[in-house]
Amino acid sequence: MAIATPLAWWLTSGRSAFRTAVQAVVALPLVLPPTVLGFYLLIMLGPRGFIGGTLEDMGLHHLAFSFEGILIGSVLYSMPFAVQPLEQAFSNLGRRPIEVAASLGAGAIDRFISVILPMTKSGFIVAMTLTFAHTMGEFGVVLMVGGNIPGVTHVLSTTIYGYTEGMQYAAAGRLSLMLLIFAFIVLFVVYWFNRGFEMIKP
Amino acid sequence: MTLSVRARITHPNFVFDVDVDWPADGVTVLFGRSGSGKTTLLRLIAGLERPNGAHVSFRHEIWMNDRHCVPLHRRRIAIVFQEASLLPHLSVRENLLYGYKRTPVAERRLHLDEVVRMLAIENLIERHISKLSGGERQRIALGRALLTSPRLLLMDEPLSALDTQSKRDILPYFERLVKEADVPIVYVTHAPAEVERLADRVVFLRDGRIDRIETLKNTLSRSDSPLFNDEGVVSVIEGQLGQKEYGLTSFHVGEDCFWLSTPIYSGSVGKSQRLRILAKDVGIALAIPENTSLMNILPVTVQCIDPAREGYVLLWLQLNGGQNLFSEITAWSRDRLDLRKGLVVYAMIKTAALAE
Repeated sequence: MAIATPLAWWLTSGRSAFRTAVQAVVALPLVLPPTVLGFYLLIMLGPRGFIGGTLEDMGLHHLAFSFEGILIGSVLYSMPFAVQPLEQAFSNLGRRPIEVAASLGAGAIDRFISVILPMTKSGFIVAMTLTFAHTMGEFGVVLMVGGNIPGVTHVLSTTIYGYTEGMQYAAAGRLSLMLLIFAFIVLFVVYWFNRGFEMIKP
Repeated sequence: MTLSVRARITHPNFVFDVDVDWPADGVTVLFGRSGSGKTTLLRLIAGLERPNGAHVSFRHEIWMNDRHCVPLHRRRIAIVFQEASLLPHLSVRENLLYGYKRTPVAERRLHLDEVVRMLAIENLIERHISKLSGGERQRIALGRALLTSPRLLLMDEPLSALDTQSKRDILPYFERLVKEADVPIVYVTHAPAEVERLADRVVFLRDGRIDRIETLKNTLSRSDSPLFNDEGVVSVIEGQLGQKEYGLTSFHVGEDCFWLSTPIYSGSVGKSQRLRILAKDVGIALAIPENTSLMNILPVTVQCIDPAREGYVLLWLQLNGGQNLFSEITAWSRDRLDLRKGLVVYAMIKTAALAE
């Protein structure tokens, strides 16, 4: 959210070609198979990659097959789910309320807290819930970057995969049902709070 | 003590190029058609437009030049926009106090009680924003702006989104504000009636350039003023409201007295007001007409006769107090009555015409 909020604001406040390009990049994970994103991340974060290599040079460990790697992957992969509802909310808001607040003596941070945040509350709720839920359910990126090493880079979705592979249908079924119910509740709550609010559908 | 703006903005189909200054006091109206650049000029003053190379200064402060730009929230300007733009997540009271709370205590000149009284919004203050009419919202927006005790008040066509009735209801509050709040005002409009009732000076804009700046008095004393493009020539007469009689209100201009329909001019007795009379609503008689239903018949002296649109002439008439009254009559009537400069005649105005 810390990255998505300023990004969404910046995307809303202009229409240059560069902004459109960034917008497209942010939306890429919606279209690409997660394994593609995971593959590139693995290359970049791995010992011979640009980021991983730099880290190795600095005497740190590279990020492939680590918790940090999964975290970075998840942030990128879930970015559109945070950015798009916020962008929508910000552009619905328009510039006028902010101009009004500024003319009444409110500085930038004051304006964000006293006007933007309360007026785009629903956008933030949608963004946060969708991001959280989507991160819970992701698979491809985690598998590629994390490597599904038991006890180290294990998440719910890969665990289910593991159970199914090992023919443990009962355990896989229990976990799957939990995820299903959880996802349904989250979506229900989101839609309930935002009846009439435009948003992307996962 | 002036407000000065120098800027050049070039868009594919619009060039805005001004270098202008005017005294930072009274009411300055920016007048022009849509697309003439009047809102752009207002937004430059507010700092909402920041083109390269622009220069804006107010009194002795530089608000914008090549090196720095004072952000809007530090300029202590209040803005009233075309739509009221109340903050929908706040109550009426919170809206009113939003700017007040952010104004340093030492700088607060106006307080909630005064503003509420000035705008007569006592009964609105506890209501929900969605329950307010357009005119009421605009009054709250105006109150909210005043409560920041601004050094400059900008108004961007504040009445144009309202219906005629709401406009009539709210104009007296604007007039009162202009007289009581003692804040320099920059007012954008394309409605001549608002200019004539509120302005001290008028900045005429056309196609992104300044056409001319002149005092209201000067612009009203030339018959080719752009103010007259829509409705024809108008006279604006200053006088004091008097007593009511038969549902009409008297309006005193020197020794002369007009009778007005009351609802519109609902100010108190003895208050000075501007009266707006269309030249085509003024007729002429050589002698005092008797047995007529017309109430407003005043002796005037013909100062000058100019040709107007085809078949018509414009008479410059002087009232006893020295104020100017225009009358547009047919050229035929002029010849029939043999009107000449220096002649004393009687101007006849229908009461209804004085109600706008």
